[in-house]
Amino acid sequence: MSVSRRDFIATTAAASAAAAVGINVPESAKAAQAVVESGWRWDKSVCRFCGTGCGIMIATKNDKIVAVKGDPAAPVNKGLNCIKGYFNAKIMYGEDRLTEPLLRMNSEGEFDKKGNFQPVTWKRAFEVMSTQFKKTYSEMGPTGVSVFGSGQYTIQEGYAMAKLMKAGFRSNNIDPNARHCMASAVVGFIQTFGIDEPAGNYEDIELTDTVVTWGANMAEMHPILWSRISDRKLENRDKVKIVNLTTYTNRCSDLADLEIIFKPTSDLAIWNYIAREIVYNHPEAMDMKFVEDYCVFATGFADIGYGLRDKNDPAKYSALEREITDKQTSKVLSENEATALTHLGVKAGDVMEMTHSGKAMAHWLITFEDFKKGLEPYDIDFTTKVAKGDPNESDADFKKKLKQLADLYIEKGRKVISFWTMGMNQHTRGSWVNQQAYMVHLLLGKQCNPGEGAFSLTGQPSACGTAREVGTFSHRLPADMVVANPGHRARSEQLWRLPEGTLNPKPGSHYTKLLRDMEDGTIKWAWVQVCNPWQNTANANHWIKAAREMDNFIVVSDGYPGISAKVADLILPSAMIFEKWGAYGNAERRTQHWRQQVTPVGKAMPDIWQALEFSKYFTLDEVWKEWKITDSLTLPDVRGGAQAMGYKGSDTLYDILFAHKDMTKYAWPDPIGEGFGNTEADGDGRKVEGFEGYGFFVQKALWEEYRQFGVGHYHDLAEFDAYHKARGLKWPVVDGVETEIRFNRDFDQYVAKESPGMQYAFYGPALKAMPSGDLKGPTTQEKTSLKNKAKIFFRPYMDPVEMPDKKYPFWLCTGRVLEHWHTGTMTMRVPELYRAVPEALCFMNARDAAGQGFQDGEMIWMESRRGKVKARIETRGRNRMPEGTVFVPFFDERVFINKVTLDSTCPMSKETDFKKCAVKLYKV
Amino acid sequence: MAKPGKSRREFILEIVRGAGATIVGGVIWGGILLDNAAGSLVLRPPGALESDSFLAHCLKCGLCVNACPYSTLRLADVGNGLANGTPHFEPRGIACEMCEDIPCTVACPSGALDLGLVSKLVDGHSRLDINSARMGIAKIDTDNCIAYWGLSCDVCYRVCPLMDVAIELEYVRNERTGVHAELRPVVNGDACTGCGKCEHACVTEEASIIVLPLEIAAGKVGSSYIKGWDVEDERRMKELDKPVTSSEAAEKTLDYLNTDDLFDE
Repeated sequence: MSVSRRDFIATTAAASAAAAVGINVPESAKAAQAVVESGWRWDKSVCRFCGTGCGIMIATKNDKIVAVKGDPAAPVNKGLNCIKGYFNAKIMYGEDRLTEPLLRMNSEGEFDKKGNFQPVTWKRAFEVMSTQFKKTYSEMGPTGVSVFGSGQYTIQEGYAMAKLMKAGFRSNNIDPNARHCMASAVVGFIQTFGIDEPAGNYEDIELTDTVVTWGANMAEMHPILWSRISDRKLENRDKVKIVNLTTYTNRCSDLADLEIIFKPTSDLAIWNYIAREIVYNHPEAMDMKFVEDYCVFATGFADIGYGLRDKNDPAKYSALEREITDKQTSKVLSENEATALTHLGVKAGDVMEMTHSGKAMAHWLITFEDFKKGLEPYDIDFTTKVAKGDPNESDADFKKKLKQLADLYIEKGRKVISFWTMGMNQHTRGSWVNQQAYMVHLLLGKQCNPGEGAFSLTGQPSACGTAREVGTFSHRLPADMVVANPGHRARSEQLWRLPEGTLNPKPGSHYTKLLRDMEDGTIKWAWVQVCNPWQNTANANHWIKAAREMDNFIVVSDGYPGISAKVADLILPSAMIFEKWGAYGNAERRTQHWRQQVTPVGKAMPDIWQALEFSKYFTLDEVWKEWKITDSLTLPDVRGGAQAMGYKGSDTLYDILFAHKDMTKYAWPDPIGEGFGNTEADGDGRKVEGFEGYGFFVQKALWEEYRQFGVGHYHDLAEFDAYHKARGLKWPVVDGVETEIRFNRDFDQYVAKESPGMQYAFYGPALKAMPSGDLKGPTTQEKTSLKNKAKIFFRPYMDPVEMPDKKYPFWLCTGRVLEHWHTGTMTMRVPELYRAVPEALCFMNARDAAGQGFQDGEMIWMESRRGKVKARIETRGRNRMPEGTVFVPFFDERVFINKVTLDSTCPMSKETDFKKCAVKLYKV
Repeated sequence: MAKPGKSRREFILEIVRGAGATIVGGVIWGGILLDNAAGSLVLRPPGALESDSFLAHCLKCGLCVNACPYSTLRLADVGNGLANGTPHFEPRGIACEMCEDIPCTVACPSGALDLGLVSKLVDGHSRLDINSARMGIAKIDTDNCIAYWGLSCDVCYRVCPLMDVAIELEYVRNERTGVHAELRPVVNGDACTGCGKCEHACVTEEASIIVLPLEIAAGKVGSSYIKGWDVEDERRMKELDKPVTSSEAAEKTLDYLNTDDLFDE
């Protein structure tokens, strides 16, 4: 039987699509499929890369991945992929995969921080790792140890690690790299709606009339979603409008009807301009009924600092650095700020003391009149003065564009989606600007309806599914609960079968602070999982020094050696995505599971196995005794309670947290896994160092325990098996039905429950009782209940903490390129992607280059107050910079741009602002 | 299709040369005989004269190769069928980086690389303009280009130094999925310099976009038909200045008319 290439594609696509939706495939087509696929096996999985969450099919043969295809049945991508997705089959097979544990040792074979890496057994690795842990833990307690987690953890990995750290070691020092990408979005959601994550979904793209991208280069970072937006534009070119708001011309501008180049951070002013247009000049555009029924007005403090250290040790921070970092305590207000902060009665030249840097999250209710008063200064003239980003554009042209933008939002009946990613999240006022997006959509009533709403995109494949939903942040617990809330702790202790009082109520250190703590010597043991903090964190020179020159012990679990592995003391070889069972959750709340497709390479082992093996080294007697955390906080000895629950002091954390009978009841083998391996459950064919498997279905057990947190609490997830029968499900999954749009009665079953008879209910439970006040502060401590309501925040414009000046005259922005994933550890090892984009370039305006005497392609230095790095200039190509701004992506460890960037964060979200700092440029 | 150890271009060259024609009668003669055929697929530095003139002028001095900061340019070896010692480049290996100061062309002492071909007039002064270079034209194999499958690739578009000018994206609805658009790269032959960055960067196993020399890749429309919708197209009419008839032709006309051959014999 011969099957032509064209027939081959047609039959395989049809058969897998049909199988996915439960359609009977004609036997003849099945037969053809069997012929072309003999010798390999296709199974569904999910792309390893961005937050879009494309479905893929994986072909394996002889225990190796040989091919991928886009999954035609996956609703997100319908069989398509971007160029990174295209190479999923190759990412695990780079020639320098880590295949055995490596420890820094001296010539005697002992651990030595100054020694060279040499291979060791897993047993030796865990012995050294636990010895070092115990040394720090007994000396410093739970706050002396830490875990750098990830938005690329599988859901079960993140859950296992959060449980081990918080329930086992009673430490909240676990924080994911998602802190760098999504934290501002989270604060926006929690403070506005009382619950995390977007209301809408990707199908809104097909239903909208207007797409506005705010600091989101979707054409490169979410290409498959961008192709959906492009299709929507093609479908109705006249009606559908695309607007690209950005600080430089990027690939989205190609499709856009309107491109607005704005100055870094001035998006704060532009949102307020739109709101002012609505409130002052087009009050008829406001959906007054929606606002009255479902919203309240709120604001917070402005003098909240910049997420820098409160005190910078002059021994560690140079005078140059302190020119900027001292603004954490006070700053001189600029003319623009004086106007923007008119409501505070300040004037230019005043010194603003950052009095409320410790109360950045505080907010209170205000009247509509106060809200309106706050917006007053943001007219078109002021906004143009603050925001016009291309010095060669005329004020008149910029004003015309601002007006067009406002008109698109305001037009009655026009559906609008605002999309954003890192431009708004990585921002010294990132939480504010997220809230401003909801401000405009809520005022207009254009939120939580098909085809309209403010939609925060995610960067990582499971920033939502793992980092946020599981709660691998230093302040969170699963299902939006937080460690500081006694009720949340009690509920978690119950679901985790812990004695009362086990959980630590004090939030741990956020991702950047973990590194600052290591520099301060208050953290001495760290475990890095599925991330690369020493490359991806701003102001990297400090952290490299802290890692290599201070007394601490750093473990890095990774698939490939990167900068973090280079500064580690112990490297553990991790199984990569298709070498383990897992699940990711994408930006539209879609949870997608996959099976282990192949055996890990060499002696590489899954992160879950690493966590569980490590947990065997600790008894309850060692961890559940009394711990002094601060002068005012002591964690009680909970061994009495443990004994009452039937636990013994000699039980290990493995016994109690993971091998409990409520978990071991999930048997392996399981019909869902028939024909597939499970390294954790049965040790796979390798039996690495004699490991025979845990004997139960670990990943299913973790899932089933985890989902109990969300059921009935607005975060309902389906049973494990359901996800192996569907192409992902959007939570909350209530009675087997997924939720397309939250907070809207037509789609969300919770609305009728929480607010019978109403069309909408913003039922998120967090921060729903608030004091009231005016634009300057709260005037009463009496709290008002905001049940089922969303908050419309007034947030002002403020300057970035570092701006170009005579010494450092250029803005530097960092980010990504389509071809490479984050720090490049995977994609730089795919030869085709490496060849396509082999190095990070410094994108620059041609006139700037000429002005500095640079030639295109010339290698130059970029230097900030913190560090310097060399890169080649590109004045052409994908990113067209306005004069005064350069862009350098961060994927290339040889162009280590995070040595140059500033580690200031949004003071609320603690997310670093990677998008702006000041640099000078000069010839090599 | 390529043989191991040889680039596809070398492979194509062999085919052009007659499947690696056995060179028995002496390397020198063989080389020269093959130059015309093989040379026609070779990419020359910016500003190179047309093939025959280039070979006539090139001194094979190697100054352009020395001047190239990216080691893009190489001198042809005896064995590879090009005129021995002449400069060329293979973009799948190293593409032309399109230096603004065009050091290779500037270095040429013979005029084989002609500065006039890579310059433009600015305010009455001749200025170097690498965008005027015409080293070749990129051609896309739309059967194997994955962007034409609907995947979000467009790597060639993003690496193009003249993005949106030399390579543009054509947005086409994907009828199969119904919700995605295909962003298909399309080469604008008028603007493509032939630098080869697209061919270099293409992620398919063999490049699905490949640069061919102008003389091979570009078609040519005669000047007897001019686009009615494009005034610029009348430039081609310059060639019409050639006399349409000649005295020789007139004689032929008379001969024809005066030949009495219409009656059956």
